Amino acid sequence: MNGEDSVLSRFTRIAVPAAAGVVFLGIWEASVRLGDVPLFVLPPPSAIGASLVANFGSLMGSLWVTLRVTLMAFVLAAVGGIGLAILFSQSRRIEMALFPYAVVLQVTPVVAIAPLILIWVGYDRVELAVLILAWMVAFFPILSNTTLGLRSADHNLRDLFRLYGASRWQVLSELQLPSALPYILAGMKISGGLALIGAVVAEFVAGSGTGAGLAWRIVEAGYRLDIPRMFAALFLLSVLGITIFFSLTWVEHRLLRRWHESAVRREF
Amino acid sequence: MTSADAPRPPLLTLTGVAKTYEGGTVALSGVDAEIRRGDFVSLVGPSGCGKSTLLRIVAGLIAPSAGNVRWHTTDGARPADVGFVFQDATLMPWASVLDNVHLPLKLRGIALEKARPQLMDALARVGLADFAGAFPRELSGGMKMRVSLARALVTEPPVLLMDEPFAALDEFTREKLDDDLLDLWRSQRWTVIFVTHSIYESVYLSERVLVMGARPGRVLGEVAIGAPHPRGAAFRRSHDYADHCAAVSVALREGVRP
Repeated sequence: MNGEDSVLSRFTRIAVPAAAGVVFLGIWEASVRLGDVPLFVLPPPSAIGASLVANFGSLMGSLWVTLRVTLMAFVLAAVGGIGLAILFSQSRRIEMALFPYAVVLQVTPVVAIAPLILIWVGYDRVELAVLILAWMVAFFPILSNTTLGLRSADHNLRDLFRLYGASRWQVLSELQLPSALPYILAGMKISGGLALIGAVVAEFVAGSGTGAGLAWRIVEAGYRLDIPRMFAALFLLSVLGITIFFSLTWVEHRLLRRWHESAVRREF
Repeated sequence: MTSADAPRPPLLTLTGVAKTYEGGTVALSGVDAEIRRGDFVSLVGPSGCGKSTLLRIVAGLIAPSAGNVRWHTTDGARPADVGFVFQDATLMPWASVLDNVHLPLKLRGIALEKARPQLMDALARVGLADFAGAFPRELSGGMKMRVSLARALVTEPPVLLMDEPFAALDEFTREKLDDDLLDLWRSQRWTVIFVTHSIYESVYLSERVLVMGARPGRVLGEVAIGAPHPRGAAFRRSHDYADHCAAVSVALREGVRP
């Protein structure tokens, strides 16, 4: 592949989906206007844009609330998931004792647990309840992926470490954690999206505390039949989700590009 | 040098070594053997004859179900320094060539900067001094194997255990690595135990070939290879070489016979 081709392909890779988006928005705008569709059924993109501008302050405040909860839930899920997986890798017995309960936590729908958490935490601390619920959703993929990754270290390398008299800690830090890194990052990519979903769902169910998140803006706009604002909040949620996904993809690429098959660029 | 040299002191004695895996598979039954200091011994046999199992028992990676592994060292234990080379290069893909070779020293708490001269020396000995910064996936199969060899050599181990190290390589690369290994062995005087399923390779490399049979895994016999060193292409074409190969082949076939 020569240089000109790769520049062209990079341009096309952005231009083609962008053009498709513009065409889609154009058709949307035109059909809503020509068909006289009421604003509260399907607002045209222009009205959504206008609403985004008009409500910029409150929507940005809500974006920040949602982003903060999502990030906190994600970081806590990463710390807890990796930490617990490391504990599991050190003791088969602890893993046997605790893993089933981690699964229970995962398979029970978060919507069903929300009222309980809310009662326990207290209605005066809704934000904490939302954080706990988002954490519960985001936690499991990191735990299960890291557990798998720590176990997937090459057996011959493990023997080699034994042969050289490596300590438990050395096996963990020099062999198991690096082997698990691609798995951990894959788990984090799933969890990043789930933390956002968890934050939104939890806010739907638990309501909002002092600061309203984007989910609450959507509920509120729905009550008032302010559909353009609902779409504007939805748009911001998508942007947030995409940003989280691509940031984590970027981190993954940076960390793995020199050695892991998934991230290595092939020349042919 | 020939095998007519003064007899070397024994390093390792195996008596009645047997291994039965969980589930009842008998991998080895009653293996007796003696390895002397500075020996180059090959274990040859068909798949499933337990030669890799035997090597792992010698390394202390698995325990024998019966029998005795006795090291003739001052404390009777396996020397702390044992190099082990697997059939796959078994490199850490996330680490550079230099970091991979550093591993045995790092595990002993020797920092990279302090170990660097030693590491570069080990890499130079396998002809990879220019590839210290490369990553394993950027290397060919033969080069990866050389890195693996350099890693085994870096602690200057008195004993080198090799488990079909070159079996996955093409014929040319394999012969080149065989020659390099022999050169290293002659200059360093380690004891080498070399597992292979290639009769030719075992004859070319070793001073003694232990022929093994399968079901159950056991030692069928021993063929001494008295050819002088250095060995080279001329030895590969000699009648002597052909005779030794025939002898190993006969010993193997006798074991296969029911």
